[in-house]
Amino acid sequence: MSEKALSSGRAIRPTNYTAGKIGKVLLYAALILLSVVTLIPFVWMLSASLKLDREVFEFPIRWIPQTFHWENYSLIWTKAPMLMYAKNTAIVAICVTFIQTLTSSFAAYSFAKLEFKGRDTLFLCYIATIAVPWQAYMIPQFIEFRAIGLYDKLSAIMVLQAFSAFGVFLMRQFYRGIPTELCEAARIDGLSEYGIWAVIMLPLSKAAIATLVIFTFIGTWNDYMGPMIYLTTESVKTIQVGLRRFIQENSSDYHLIMAASVVSLIPVSAVFLCLQRYFIEGIATSGLKG
Amino acid sequence: MSTQQLNAEARRRKGSLERKKTLVALSFIAPNFIGFALFTLIPVVVAVFMSMTEWNGGSLASMKWVGLDNYAKLFAVPQRYIDRLENPNFFSILGVFFERVDIGIALKNTVTYTIITVPLTLICSIVLALVLNKAVKGAVAFRAILFFPYVSSTVAICVCWNFMMMKNGPINQLLMFFGSTFNKTWTADSTMAIWAVIVVSVWKSMGYYMVIYLAALQGIPRELYEAATVDGANKWQQFRSITLPQLSPTTFFVSVMLIIGCFKVYDTVALMTGGGPGRATKMLVTYTIDEFNAFKYGSACAIAMVLLVLVLTVTLIQFRMEKKFSAD
Repeated sequence: MSEKALSSGRAIRPTNYTAGKIGKVLLYAALILLSVVTLIPFVWMLSASLKLDREVFEFPIRWIPQTFHWENYSLIWTKAPMLMYAKNTAIVAICVTFIQTLTSSFAAYSFAKLEFKGRDTLFLCYIATIAVPWQAYMIPQFIEFRAIGLYDKLSAIMVLQAFSAFGVFLMRQFYRGIPTELCEAARIDGLSEYGIWAVIMLPLSKAAIATLVIFTFIGTWNDYMGPMIYLTTESVKTIQVGLRRFIQENSSDYHLIMAASVVSLIPVSAVFLCLQRYFIEGIATSGLKG
Repeated sequence: MSTQQLNAEARRRKGSLERKKTLVALSFIAPNFIGFALFTLIPVVVAVFMSMTEWNGGSLASMKWVGLDNYAKLFAVPQRYIDRLENPNFFSILGVFFERVDIGIALKNTVTYTIITVPLTLICSIVLALVLNKAVKGAVAFRAILFFPYVSSTVAICVCWNFMMMKNGPINQLLMFFGSTFNKTWTADSTMAIWAVIVVSVWKSMGYYMVIYLAALQGIPRELYEAATVDGANKWQQFRSITLPQLSPTTFFVSVMLIIGCFKVYDTVALMTGGGPGRATKMLVTYTIDEFNAFKYGSACAIAMVLLVLVLTVTLIQFRMEKKFSAD
């Protein structure tokens, strides 16, 4: 796969210049149409969030509200502790991302660059569990967590997400691409294995780390099922279950639900927009997700 | 010191060096592995065991070993349904199983959902990738836009789609503009509910697989197209005899991922239809969670094992086929 072509997001194909012009116009028309179709739910969400309750299902639909009801966005904070949900989610997402990235890259170094007995068996063990769906073992896990007192605690969600085999796999694939000679040279220079990891491997794997960070962050931020099972107290709810509760309690306030939804999308959209290159290229090169 | 002693000394040193190396290597793995073993490995093993017990989550002493009873109960077709049959044979009983028995319905719904969602997502993501692959200006921006649904939170987009597919909502308005007479809330209609879930699933994940296809498209050697152009092949012929065959390993990989993903579907269903109306969109995982919420932990684990067997079967097939692909 040509990395260069991928990273600039373009592919140059020999084009026939006579038909080229019309083809180009059609191509961009198709792209714009596809993008509009993809984005329409978000546009509708935004539009509905600025309307009055009864205007949401007007017939025929009015895409731009008659008057912009910005007060919807101040109203939602009084109806649900959205800020607290967001804070809880941020704490969890940051902790998970930190633990995940650190332990994964640590373990991956060993799997990729060190030799010891049973290494491949142990790694196979890791890989095998990627194939086992979480849904298959979530109940014993739930009972285990409850037994050690993690039920209804934010830390449950942290532990739940922080030790995935996927992270180790992703980092190992990347580390294998780094020349072993680098490590050997450093070893001869008297650097310990920990030193090699910190001084050589970590700085070289920025791209892989960026991919893992954004994967983990977005995955944790958007996780619904874990918090749904584990969190019941209002003060520890994450934004997804919080939003869900908001929807259930204000089920006919369509405009407010849409405003809260828009708010819940903002942080993750910001992270995505900043780091989308790493995210998308990470998928293209690793090609999989847990 | 004799040579023998020296050799022994060297071997001992080498042995202790080996041991030290192994210890260092393991110390790297330990932080991740301890978490992984405690919270993934152990629960996986316990899940198999728990599916053969009866337990409501009370004290451990109240856990009762029942062997394969949970499975037998799960798959049993109640006698009253069989009695009602005019001609009870294997096929009519199987029919009743998929119509009436919870696990049968969940299996039927999950498989139906999978069979429709997988090809639809494949087609959409290939089309998106093909179009995007040609674009030169603004490709990065378009790529990000088309990918965006994948990163947006399920709760927000599900409620949004739910509203859009309500009676008099924009989707029904659009369809009526094109001559449809359907104007009901999709998720409340027993035939349309599953389609509501399918539309959202395809819309959400097509951008992700598009990215994988884009990478694959860019790996196709350009000479193939040049040669075909020289031979006078048109665009459609080139697509059929170069692009599609060259993409087939990717299509296989993507299909497997999609199938597994569809078997595990929960969020979209729970948030849009809650498994309803009635049992119209009850899936395997929705059923597991229902049993879990009813404190039937053993039975919930048994359903989870059915899911596990399905997923592992697909993975095994993938393993076999992948060997074939790489042997070719």
